[in-house]
Amino acid sequence: MSDSSAAIAPFGRRLLTVTGMHELGDVYRLLIAADDGPDPEPGQFAMLAAAERWGGGEDERPYLPRAFSIARRRPGESQFLLEDVGPGTRRLCELEEGDGLWALGPLGAGFRAPTAGRRAILVGGGVGIAPLAILQDTLESEPAVLLGFRDGPRCAGRELLPGAAVASDDGSAGHHGPVTDLLLAEVDRDRHATVYACGPSAMLEAVRAICATRGVPAQLALEAGMACGFGACFGCAVPRRGGGYLRVCVDGPVIDAAELERVDEHAGAPQ
Amino acid sequence: MSVEFCGLRLAHPVINGSGTFDAIAARRAFGDGLCAAFPFAAYVSKTITLEPRQGNPPPRLWESPGGLINSIGLPNKGLERYMSEDVPQLASLTAAVTRSAGDGRSVPLITNVMGSSAAEFAQLVEACEARPEITAVELNVSCPNVKTGLDIGADPRQLEDVLREVRSRSAKPLIVKLTPNTADVAACAQAAQDGGADAVSLINTLRAMALAPHARTGPPRPWLGGGTGGLSGGAVRTIALAQVAAVAARLQIPVIGMGGVQSAAHARDLIDVGATLVAVGTESFRDPAAAGKVARGLQEASDG
Repeated sequence: MSDSSAAIAPFGRRLLTVTGMHELGDVYRLLIAADDGPDPEPGQFAMLAAAERWGGGEDERPYLPRAFSIARRRPGESQFLLEDVGPGTRRLCELEEGDGLWALGPLGAGFRAPTAGRRAILVGGGVGIAPLAILQDTLESEPAVLLGFRDGPRCAGRELLPGAAVASDDGSAGHHGPVTDLLLAEVDRDRHATVYACGPSAMLEAVRAICATRGVPAQLALEAGMACGFGACFGCAVPRRGGGYLRVCVDGPVIDAAELERVDEHAGAPQ
Repeated sequence: MSVEFCGLRLAHPVINGSGTFDAIAARRAFGDGLCAAFPFAAYVSKTITLEPRQGNPPPRLWESPGGLINSIGLPNKGLERYMSEDVPQLASLTAAVTRSAGDGRSVPLITNVMGSSAAEFAQLVEACEARPEITAVELNVSCPNVKTGLDIGADPRQLEDVLREVRSRSAKPLIVKLTPNTADVAACAQAAQDGGADAVSLINTLRAMALAPHARTGPPRPWLGGGTGGLSGGAVRTIALAQVAAVAARLQIPVIGMGGVQSAAHARDLIDVGATLVAVGTESFRDPAAAGKVARGLQEASDG
């Protein structure tokens, strides 16, 4: 991870090619051929839309591109993690090798390196584990990785982050309970850490509360429905501590937990 | 493909719709690449009000068939900080775009302002008049009058009164951004012209609403934090064409047409019914470089 937490995106969306779509339990790993765009920083995201048949699905949607964390960058290839939760994600999950994909990015402010001497604890939930994979790739020392999933089929995503401790809501894999149980144990063992988290809003709020009461710095990668991804639409606003709003796309998606009173139920819409 | 508009010579007829492209945020995201390929022949700021506004509570977006309903609520830092912080940054951006273009043709800055009374508009216009970096002023009149509660822009008499109040305070071109949420948009456009406007722009977004999903689990409630919002995108294109045609047929002053423009063909339609300039809005959300493609498409078509 470099000092800067944001790579500059080329201006305009680019037409890229899908090189793979792999089922990973109930989610999909999308591989696309990277062009000569800049390497993303961990935590940055891209706006994706299928080049063909973007529209004409449920309720004649999708219309807008969708925001996804970049899960991994290999030479010549970028990876994303998708879950079918609406007409946009559904169309993307249908993509096949060779299909065209519009991509804009990398966008937003990513994770910042832990301050001197602090160890990193990575906490992920569901498809929110995506940006933690690229973060794990770039950290200088081995982090603790804690992943939570709803059930067995969704746990398959764990293979993205080797060495992770797992929790599942239904007890089918690892610890039976929320991933924040694992975080509590980890933080209480040694508070000299920085927590990096991405996942559902309820999980992020639990992470924020645990870290706040124990004085542990936390960086949260937020999700919000957004139309553009580059600060134009003002649609992805989340309340900021002390009043006003942050734009998840340009003030985040990685936001210092201290900037938030609480993690709101995500700002919703396009899926 | 260069075009004259209110005494300005523009490189091409494509600009942005107010509030659809934050050039300061875009410069951070795209760096100098934005300046080298700046897609707009003039840049229109988001709406500025006298006092700062935080905007509406989320959720602020709803994707609809072929379009987008937004309920953003005009967040802005207020007139004072816009003038002291944003205008210098926007001027530096347009200067960088001019240097990149290399043909000496500059990208004028148009500042969009909204007041809730004629006196507020007057104060906003006077502040713009005092700044040489600002070339023209666009008046967002889609705002309820503080006293009557009626949208200023939907009432020809109020609209003409506002124009008469501000006209004498500025020598700069004054553009009136018309609201489509009115029974007779051409009558409102006529009032703007009679009051001394130099141009009109339309359409603004159409008032629209969506209910929160899963309403069966509780009482029905609007999805958007602001209750209702404004519809834009491809879904409004044919309505925009009808309104632009009606207004252009009635007025002598130039018309900026917008609403669902996604391609040069869509822009051509608006020009064919009488628009002098065309604005790209929601399509820039889907691709920030979209307006540049529209401008190049118009150029290629005119080159034959």
